[in-house]
Amino acid sequence: MGDIDATLHPTSAAHPAGVRQDLKHHFDDAAQQMESSTLGMWVFLVTEIMFFGGMFGGYTVYRNMYPEAFASTSHFMNVTIGAINTGVLICSSFTMVLAVRAAQLGQKKAIIAFLILTLILGCVFLGLKGVEYHEKWVEHHIPGPGFQYADARYFHQAQILFFLYFAMTGMHAMHMIVGAGLLTALIVMAARNRFSEHWYTPVEMIGLYWHFVDIVWIFLFPLLYLIGHTS
Amino acid sequence: MGLFDMFPPRAATSSIQVDALYMFLLAVSGVMTILIFVLVTFFAFKYRRKKDDPMPRAIHGSLPLEILWSVIPLMIMMVMFAWGTKLYFEYYTPPAETLDVYVTGKQWMWKVQYPDGQREINELHVPTGRPVKLILASEDVIHSFYIPAFRLKHDVVPGSYQTYWFQATKPGRYHIFCAEYCGTNHSRMTGWVTVMDPAAYGNWLAGSSTGSMAEQGAKLFEQYGCVTCHVLDSQGRCPTLRYVYGHAVVLDDGRTVMADEGYIRESILNPNAKIVKGYHRDIMPVFQGQIGEDGLLQLIAFIKSLSPKTPGAPATAAPGAAPSRQGAVQQGPAKQPQKQ
Amino acid sequence: MSTTLPRPRIEAPANYLNVDYGWKSWLFTTDHKRIALLYLFSITAFFFVGGAFAVGMRINLLRPEGVFQHDTYNKLFTMHGIIMVFFFLVPSIPATLGNFLIPIMIGARDLAFPRINLLSWYIYIVGGIFALTAILQGGVDTGWTFYAPFSSTYSNTHVIMAAIGVFVSGFSSILTGLNFIVTIHKMRAPGMTWSRLPLFVWGHYATSLIQVLGTPVIAITLVLLGLERILHAGIFDPSLGGDPVLFQHLFWFYSHPAVYIMILPGMAVESEIIACFSRKSIFGYGFVALSSIAIAVLGFLVWGHHLFVAGQSMYASMVFSFISFLVAVPSAIKVFNWTATMYRGSISFETPMLYAFGFIGLFTIGGLTGLFLATMAIDVHLTDTYFVIAHFHYVMVGGMVMAFLGGIHFWFPKITGRLYPENWARIAAAIVFIGFNLTFFPQFILGYLGMPRRYATYAGEFQVLNVMSTMGASILGIGYLIPMIYLTWAWRNGPISPQNPWHAKGLEWEQSPTPPPTFNFIEPPIVTESAYNYSGEEA
Repeated sequence: MGDIDATLHPTSAAHPAGVRQDLKHHFDDAAQQMESSTLGMWVFLVTEIMFFGGMFGGYTVYRNMYPEAFASTSHFMNVTIGAINTGVLICSSFTMVLAVRAAQLGQKKAIIAFLILTLILGCVFLGLKGVEYHEKWVEHHIPGPGFQYADARYFHQAQILFFLYFAMTGMHAMHMIVGAGLLTALIVMAARNRFSEHWYTPVEMIGLYWHFVDIVWIFLFPLLYLIGHTS
Repeated sequence: MGLFDMFPPRAATSSIQVDALYMFLLAVSGVMTILIFVLVTFFAFKYRRKKDDPMPRAIHGSLPLEILWSVIPLMIMMVMFAWGTKLYFEYYTPPAETLDVYVTGKQWMWKVQYPDGQREINELHVPTGRPVKLILASEDVIHSFYIPAFRLKHDVVPGSYQTYWFQATKPGRYHIFCAEYCGTNHSRMTGWVTVMDPAAYGNWLAGSSTGSMAEQGAKLFEQYGCVTCHVLDSQGRCPTLRYVYGHAVVLDDGRTVMADEGYIRESILNPNAKIVKGYHRDIMPVFQGQIGEDGLLQLIAFIKSLSPKTPGAPATAAPGAAPSRQGAVQQGPAKQPQKQ
Repeated sequence: MSTTLPRPRIEAPANYLNVDYGWKSWLFTTDHKRIALLYLFSITAFFFVGGAFAVGMRINLLRPEGVFQHDTYNKLFTMHGIIMVFFFLVPSIPATLGNFLIPIMIGARDLAFPRINLLSWYIYIVGGIFALTAILQGGVDTGWTFYAPFSSTYSNTHVIMAAIGVFVSGFSSILTGLNFIVTIHKMRAPGMTWSRLPLFVWGHYATSLIQVLGTPVIAITLVLLGLERILHAGIFDPSLGGDPVLFQHLFWFYSHPAVYIMILPGMAVESEIIACFSRKSIFGYGFVALSSIAIAVLGFLVWGHHLFVAGQSMYASMVFSFISFLVAVPSAIKVFNWTATMYRGSISFETPMLYAFGFIGLFTIGGLTGLFLATMAIDVHLTDTYFVIAHFHYVMVGGMVMAFLGGIHFWFPKITGRLYPENWARIAAAIVFIGFNLTFFPQFILGYLGMPRRYATYAGEFQVLNVMSTMGASILGIGYLIPMIYLTWAWRNGPISPQNPWHAKGLEWEQSPTPPPTFNFIEPPIVTESAYNYSGEEA
């Protein structure tokens, strides 16, 4: 591979820095590479929709089956934390957009600053989530052997509904953690001058991913926290 | 069954119906298969490559042909669809008057209970000439009650009742197979259905009885205290149970449901799931965990006996093979320790 | 600003096989052709593992009272299903032939994401390790369908280990599909319009759509199942308020489209072989291409036909039955178009074409028997019997595996640069065909007679047909072993292949050397004609 590589990949010295250094050999030009990456990320996000979709489907079935148990459990959702988290995530999507914009303009310091802000907001979300989960732990609302529910009429049904709550929010949180890792990698890459106005694809792609994780939360929040809360 | 039989015995009215539809499909499939085989073989031979053959001319396609060979198969398939659907709806919509038999599946046996109280394990006795409805329940996992000679089966699902009906025609003994994999002895969860002419069936019935299911259900009704509220005439705290089974019930949220076996089962195990209009929640105790499947079936038989069938009574079950599946159901078999 | 590379000419005869040696050059490769070979060896290994379980099953079924203990038999059929479905059939043609050929067929130097391609193989191997671990720990006995509440609450076996294996391998499938979709959209050579794409590519595009949309659903289903086994919250357990039929809906929502993942690539291969060995463009190209898409779309709407006797509403069942008939139409269209392609063609009978004939016949029978199962009243009698087993083995083994073997033989010269021994190959194809029919045709009869599936013991009157089936399986096994031997031999010792031994059309035969260099082409191709332009009539 080494020799072929040399014939097909002239050293960077032969080309202006930042112009072709990140064009992979199997692409004809940067536009093709960018379009491919973008389409690839969108296809991946579609798979994520289908992944979460299964849980949303199960949730819908059980909510319809047990409307009273659902109404009962919805009183235990911490709407305050949920609402703050929603705001936090929306802001983080905004800072992410600003990071992408900075990347388009080749502004290294701004990229790093906005990415760090996004990461901080993401960690705030996770921290508040942790507080919420801890609350559930104290109330014995985590499904499993230790599960307890005050209203004995709905014990089993509540356990199923909490199971779905943890599955959905837990899966979302895992995606946030992965996103946090990706943001960290981006910050390191930006600090090492990997991005320029000619090439910043990872920033844009991870931006798409981050927005998607945000949108999943936008669906989760009303479904799990808001509907039925005051009834 | 002879060595080269390709059909199981025909022992119910459904058997010949299904076989007829099957033979129609066999004929269509046979024709189609032979057509393709003949064409492919013929073309392969006729157009086999010979030395110095010129390159064949391209034939890109033919819209009329594509339409023809899409539409004609589609039309034939619509016949299959309609015929199959019609029979299917019939098999899962029992007639108004049926002899009801209660079948409970558990790993790895079938428990059969008759309204007059007879009980059998892995045996089912039915008369010819009368519609018989099976009410199927499971105590543990999903099973399936399959009678090849009748061409009928249905899954037996824990947490709900499933039903189907048949009318036997030919005396004899025929296989019962469990047809949904259910664990170690799934292939041993088999039995026999004995079809008897009515006289012989009557004799058999007279043979053993420990009190009809309804009578046993009446004892449970008293034992569990149901009688303190649901005295046979309404007392205001709870609805009457006379003429409930088989009739429509209006609920407090405005819905109307049919009081079938599933509704009664749910009302015992999870009373707050559906509250009759004009009554209140949290008055009836929850019996989940206290009454097993057999007892539930006996109570249901008793409540059915409070709605003697009158001419013009509505069908016993709403269309749809799944009476209400809602409500927690206590099964209570010992759970084995598991590896993860 | 243009960043186009200057195009170097590769003068040395280096091809992708001899360009580099050593295990690192294989395990860290990003060349789609090498990755295809990595997959080929792995899935072949899994095929024989799954086949070994089948051997055990057929031995057990020689006697009505069985041979092994029931628990053993239950594990045999479960592991046979899991391995064959998830570790052989789903990846088979796409990950091997698809990986190898799609970039070349569209005139590209590699797939869009070569490193993700390699990652998908590693993910597949990790999934396979989990599955093998489950086997070594003693196996799973739930059936490959994992129905609850048996799998969630009652089974004592290593369900979670097996479920993790399937879950992980699903991501391999998703990444392969994602790669193909982006590649086909974005990396076609100049002049390669959608209407000039080989049908092999169309078929894989449709397959990839299903892989990408369907696989995540089984992933989440298995996650929920695994969590339920640990926590017993009750989501699928009726004694705790759950609904076991919900599991079935979630499971089949993927697993039905999955069967189209398992047949569309076979149909894709079929089109290529029939065109080449009839020397003629596929009749009704547009219809065949779009029928693949139609199958992919409609395939997502029929899952409820697995639940006709499961407790699903009669009305829902009716809708699923109707759409199941609709999805048969595009498959029928393909069979008719392939047959019509042979009309006034110039037919030769090399091994790939023999497998193609086998495919047409056996897929026709398999597909027609699907209609029996779509007919609701017949399905009541036949579901969960050997009829279903015969049906899906006809389409998957008689269809897909035959197509796979046909494709391996067809592209063997391209992949290895050598020719396989034609006479041995034809003999093997005949043995496979005979063995296959002897194994599975009796099972249709057994099914209608009422023999249920997943039975370790069975009623005595079923024995003759079972013995016949086991005899057939022995012959089939021999039929599969023979190509293993001569293909392995021919790889090293076969005669060197000319550039285009079949005189086939297609970029992979006409413009890419045999075997191809690492970046597939010496001159970047520009496409000026449609696929299968054997007659040379048009552009």
